[in-house]
Amino acid sequence: MSRTVVVTGLGATTPLGGDVASTWESLLAARSGVRLLHEPFYANLPVRIAATAAVDPSEVLEKHEIRRMDRSQQLALIASREAWADAGAPEVDPERLGVAVATGVGGAISLMEQYDILKERGPSRVSPMTVPMLMPNGPAAVVGLELGAMAGVHTPVSACASGAEAIGYGAEMIRTGRADIVVCGGTEGCIHPLTLASFAAMRALSSRHEDPTAASRPFDANRDGFVMAEGAALVVLESEEHAKARGAKIYAIYGGQGLAADAHHIAQPEPEGRGVMLAMNRALKDADLSTSDIFHINAHATSTPAGDVAEAKAIRTVLGADADHAPVTAVKSVAGHLLGGAGSLAAIASILALKHRIVPPVANLDNLAEGVDIDIVTGTPRALPAGDIAAISNSFGFGGHDVVLAFRNA
Amino acid sequence: MSQEDVLAGLAAIVNEVAGIPAESVQMEKSFVDDLDVDSLSMVEVVMACEDKFGVTIPDTEVKNLNTVADAVNYITANK
Repeated sequence: MSRTVVVTGLGATTPLGGDVASTWESLLAARSGVRLLHEPFYANLPVRIAATAAVDPSEVLEKHEIRRMDRSQQLALIASREAWADAGAPEVDPERLGVAVATGVGGAISLMEQYDILKERGPSRVSPMTVPMLMPNGPAAVVGLELGAMAGVHTPVSACASGAEAIGYGAEMIRTGRADIVVCGGTEGCIHPLTLASFAAMRALSSRHEDPTAASRPFDANRDGFVMAEGAALVVLESEEHAKARGAKIYAIYGGQGLAADAHHIAQPEPEGRGVMLAMNRALKDADLSTSDIFHINAHATSTPAGDVAEAKAIRTVLGADADHAPVTAVKSVAGHLLGGAGSLAAIASILALKHRIVPPVANLDNLAEGVDIDIVTGTPRALPAGDIAAISNSFGFGGHDVVLAFRNA
Repeated sequence: MSQEDVLAGLAAIVNEVAGIPAESVQMEKSFVDDLDVDSLSMVEVVMACEDKFGVTIPDTEVKNLNTVADAVNYITANK
């Protein structure tokens, strides 16, 4: 049994805006959400650049909600409420409603805060919410409880590919008949001196302190690493049958997913992009698409020296001449890297690109890196053609995880 | 500190921890049945009361604190 899956709701809270509309507007305008971390908390770090949430969760949630949840959970809850309302708060049998919300890092900040309390005030003052706040399935559980989802609540974890993998997982729940509706995507809220120092120790982060909004520059010759970001992006997936029966608006059709692994290195991308190509080809096959159907690519492109070129080469190899009609964008140029939320933010951007037939530009691309031979959108947004078109969205993660999602216009 | 002061302080804590309106925190109310304070929130309420009122509330006592009055009386008697 395999059923068609459609996208009926979107929700996001990102460095670009507190909802999907403001995030999309900033993407189209190439307006950066990256800033210098001037707060004393971040003093003396080798990297003090990040893309923090445009709207802090404390402005949206009640005080007791903030108190009980890790930041990654707060962001996921906000995005889930928007996505659910956007889908029209559908009537659905709870046993047919699922959740798949991923995170790359989980409740690291809560863990560190409670460790400080343990050291300073002793075990009697450690919060009873510590475990629910630190567990990586916490954001999925929070969303599942909010919605009363009983079909299953899941948390695929694959570092920076997690958000995409969660969407693929959610789609499979519907395809295989386990659920009619699944709220899925990723979240991250772990900007902290230790995480910044840790990624900086890997030499993974940009240290362009003199010009933070230019720090994230995918495919540019002078890129020097990614910019940590926080936020959540969730979609409502639904069986086509269920969506049509209730007259839901349909953003796009979920095509399929391609999963692979590099089998190369714990953090370095495989330079030939073999795992990437495997995942892209598998996504095309799963979605029953050929390269001639692809008219847009949302690249993973984090702005690291190694990753971007390998991905560009993989795109050219897989699509061949068809890459000429597949304009590429990279949302991390303005949003930064949402880690576990990155794959689902890219998916939302791909879905909106298909719906509105327009591709947001890549910011900060002044000089194309050597070896990049694909059509990257810069400057102003690019219009997509009428007719049946498809897009693919790439997400990769430390550990060598390759996740590619494909969508078709509704 | 009077019973009224303890009640007001406890009501502020319950509001902060569980989001229950402070005015709903009245003497006869049951934490679990009336105020929807779950077992984890109750641990937080107890911790906050210990800090605020300078009392120690052992786990063996917590299970006897069914109503707001139970808590107010315990705190008033033991602080």
